[in-house]
Amino acid sequence: MAVPVRELELDLEAFEGPFDLLLALVLRDELDLGEVDVAAIVLAFLERLAEREQLDLDACGEFLVLVAALLELKARALLTGEDPDLEDLDPAEAAAELARRLADYRRIKEAAAWLFERLDEESDRYFRVGPAPLAPRIERRIAPQDPNRLAATIRSLVAEPPAVSLAHLELRFPPVEQFLGRFRSLLARRNRFDFDSEVHGMTRVEQAVAFLAVLELRKGGEVELSQAAAFAPIRVQRNTETKPERNSAWTARSA
Amino acid sequence: MDRPLRLVAENPLDQLARTLEALLVVASQPLSSAELADAAAEDAERVDMALGLLTERFAEGRSGIVLEQVAGGWAFRASREAAEACGRMFERPVERGLSQAAMETLAVVAYLGPCSRPEIARLRGVAVDSVVAGLLERGLIAEAGREEGGAVRYRTTPLFERVFGLESLSVLPRLDDLGDADEIRGRLEELAEKRPA
Repeated sequence: MAVPVRELELDLEAFEGPFDLLLALVLRDELDLGEVDVAAIVLAFLERLAEREQLDLDACGEFLVLVAALLELKARALLTGEDPDLEDLDPAEAAAELARRLADYRRIKEAAAWLFERLDEESDRYFRVGPAPLAPRIERRIAPQDPNRLAATIRSLVAEPPAVSLAHLELRFPPVEQFLGRFRSLLARRNRFDFDSEVHGMTRVEQAVAFLAVLELRKGGEVELSQAAAFAPIRVQRNTETKPERNSAWTARSA
Repeated sequence: MDRPLRLVAENPLDQLARTLEALLVVASQPLSSAELADAAAEDAERVDMALGLLTERFAEGRSGIVLEQVAGGWAFRASREAAEACGRMFERPVERGLSQAAMETLAVVAYLGPCSRPEIARLRGVAVDSVVAGLLERGLIAEAGREEGGAVRYRTTPLFERVFGLESLSVLPRLDDLGDADEIRGRLEELAEKRPA
C-alpha cells in the first residue's frame, strides 16, 4: 500500500493539483517557487501518511528527496547573489523584503508579457527606420555681404606677410681683440687698473668678452690679477717680469 | 467665355498638407507637430488641422501608406494589409528574437527608467550586462546620464515606442492593472487541464 507521492493532491494558495504537476511547472519556470508554500506540501504529505497506519519508507524517502530539491531550488531562487542589505535584517524582515522583491519581479514579468503581446499585435506595422538624423537647424542668418569687402579680405590673406625680425634673438659678441688692445694701451699708461670700473656701463655680453680679454692677458703673462675677497673688485696689474710664465699659478685670491 | 472656369476650389489647407506630407515622407523618425510647424513655417493650429486632413487621407483601408501618431510624433508606415508583402521583402531586426530576459529588462527600463544596470539586476535577480548591451545595440534603449555613484542610466528610445506602437510611454498600462492572482491561478488550472494523462 504505497503512498503515491507523485499523485499527492495539493491545495496550496499558489497551486492546486497533483505534486508532479507542481514539479513540472516549477522546472519549466511556469510557476514561481517563491509563491509555493513548501511547508503546506509537507503537511499534506503527512496527512496522507497518517491516513495509512503503516509507515511507507520508500514513499518517505522519495518525498524527502523531492522536497529537499524543491527547498534548495526555492532558496537559490530567493537568494540570488549576495545582498549585503539582507544580512542586517532579522528573519521576519528578510522574508518581508524577499516577498516585496518577488512581487516587484512578478509585476515586471507581467509587464514583459504585456510587451510581448503588444509586439505580436504590432508585428504587421512596417515602417522605415532610417539611420539619418535630422539636419542640425541653422539659426544664424548671415547679413547681406559686399563682394568687394570679401575680395579685400581674401586679398589681405593672399599677400606675402612681412619677414619676421629675429634681431632680438641675436647676441652680438664684440671681438676679444678690441678689449686686448684697449687694456694693453691702458697698461701702457698705468701700472694697474680696476676691472670693474673699466667695464662699468657695458652690456653683460661686453663685460664677459672684456673678462675673457683679461684672462687672455693673464695667460700670456702680461698681467697679474688679484681680488681682495669674493665679489670684490678685480685688480689688473701689469706684469713687470718680461718673461711670460705660462703655467704660473693664479694669484687671484679669494677670502 | 473670356475667363477660364475654376472648377475646383482648393482647400486652403491643401498646400500645407502637401508640405507636411513631403516632410513626413523624408523623415526617418516621427516628427512632432511643433517640428512640423517649424519646418513648414506655419502656426501650430493650422498644422494640426492639416494633420487631421492627412490622417483621414492616409487611413487604414484607404491608402497603402498610413499616417500614425507614435513615439511623440507623426510618422508614415505601411498599411497593415500590406504586412505580408512587406514581410517577404523586409527584415525587422530591431525586435526579432527578443528573449524573455530582454523583454523583462525592457519592461524595467520602460517603467522605471532612467535606471542603471545594478538597479535592473536587483529587480530581476540576475546580472543584466549582456542583455543591456543587446538592447543598446538594437537601439531600444539608450544611455541617459549617470547616477550619483557613477553608474550609467538607461531609458527607452523613441524607436522602442515606435516598434511597440506606443504613442508615448504614458500609454503603458499601470503595473497594478496587469492581471492579478486569480488570473494566474486560472492560467495554472488551464495548464493542469492540458496536461497529458
